[in-house]
Amino acid sequence: MNKVKSREKPVELIDKNGLRIDGRKLDELRPIKMEIGLLDKADGSAYIEQGKNKILAAVYGPREAHPKHIALPHRAVLRCRYHMAPFSVTERKSPAPSRREQELSKVIREALEPAVLSEYYPRTTIDLFIEVLQSDGGSRCAGITGASLALADAGIPMRGLVAACAVGKIAGKIALDLSDAEDKQGEADLPVAVMPRSNTVTLIQMDGSLTPEEFETAFEMAVRTCHAIHEQQKTTLKQRYLSIKEEVEEKNEQGKSEGQ
Amino acid sequence: MTLYVERKQLVAPGEILAEGKYTSGENTHREGDKLFSSKVGVVEIDGDKLGVVPIKGCYVPRVDDVVVGRIVDIVMSGWMVGIDAPYPALLPASEVFEQRVPRSGMDLSKTFGVGDLVVSKVLAFDRTRDPLITAKGPGLGKVTSGRIVKISPAKIPRLIGKKGSMIAILKKETGAHIMVGQNGTVLVSGKHPDAENTAIQAIRMIEREAHTQGLTDRIQARLGTGRKGEQSEVTRETSRVD
Repeated sequence: MNKVKSREKPVELIDKNGLRIDGRKLDELRPIKMEIGLLDKADGSAYIEQGKNKILAAVYGPREAHPKHIALPHRAVLRCRYHMAPFSVTERKSPAPSRREQELSKVIREALEPAVLSEYYPRTTIDLFIEVLQSDGGSRCAGITGASLALADAGIPMRGLVAACAVGKIAGKIALDLSDAEDKQGEADLPVAVMPRSNTVTLIQMDGSLTPEEFETAFEMAVRTCHAIHEQQKTTLKQRYLSIKEEVEEKNEQGKSEGQ
Repeated sequence: MTLYVERKQLVAPGEILAEGKYTSGENTHREGDKLFSSKVGVVEIDGDKLGVVPIKGCYVPRVDDVVVGRIVDIVMSGWMVGIDAPYPALLPASEVFEQRVPRSGMDLSKTFGVGDLVVSKVLAFDRTRDPLITAKGPGLGKVTSGRIVKISPAKIPRLIGKKGSMIAILKKETGAHIMVGQNGTVLVSGKHPDAENTAIQAIRMIEREAHTQGLTDRIQARLGTGRKGEQSEVTRETSRVD
């Protein structure tokens, strides 16, 4: 990876108009597309696209714990696997779970655990699979956003949804939602996950360095964006059922007018 | 006391329902004096009790529920039965045979083999133990005929309707025999395959439109032969058969 990086020509991360490589403003999010319930065999599933990130999340359970000894007598165990498909990056990634993936699986699990009312299903497991099909920076955040949709879609009782996004520093300026190139060449990256219903932070990580003032602005920006993403999550969850409702009501109207 | 939602409103997990002295009903949780929804579902208001009728969710056994299970294993004293719950159910041999408990060494697979479907009733279940079920009783026992429809357990109350109104319409209009397992497995058997098809399609429609209002009327209109203009393809097919 390092070789590739050094061969890359340094690009201007911010041009003279103040726009980024992909033409975004500093405080602009990449377009997000969310969908739920696309996997038939899973109890709950979600698909999220954030810029070039394409991530699939699937939830199975609550189900019998296997192996049995991992079960807890007072609550359900949440298990999480974050995995990047071999074709998700430019250079083929080995399909075996890397150190990075194991670590992300753990932090994603810990970001979602406070949201799940796991005490409703003692002695069971809830299995969560996050598969990154295409990656372009900020996939842990998009993964969390998608995974919380999948959990809600599975009908698992939750305190609230979790939304996540990253803020970073590129070319000396604080910028929202870094892409892969910006993350690699930028000075800092700060992924934040928030449960907007209680306004609690469930994940915060940082690499690079920020001054306390910069951190303050960056964090502020991340939390605000998480609230915006949360709104989209809510509409996504409801839209599927609202459209059926509308369709039914339309039919009803038609039926009535035909009857007259 | 402030109410933030109205009856039948669609809510997402974590959405605030009310503040103040409201009682927390199904699928809601409280924090301080605020009441929140825990699932995607439809709000139900009963006096000062707020609940959410979920759109999806797994089956949690309750005592006296009739469930349709599948034998997954034969053990020393009986069978392990998969009832689509997060817990495996135990069906002891003593809860199958009318006579005294059979002596050990008896071949249980002659009665129920792995893969057989058994209509059974939940005898006991709590957080600390796996469910115990029985196959003794009227209507309980091995399933030998009919067709299986699996729907989400969250939608079973809607399929049954208020005081069984929905299921009564289905049985009356299609003439098929319908056995509803609380775990989401429905058994349909009719004299004619067309009657079964009509019933299954109606069940599928109920599952899809469970969160909408006036569903019972729509099912009645769809299946009923008395009303003109609202007959669907399916109903016409069956009426021809009749």
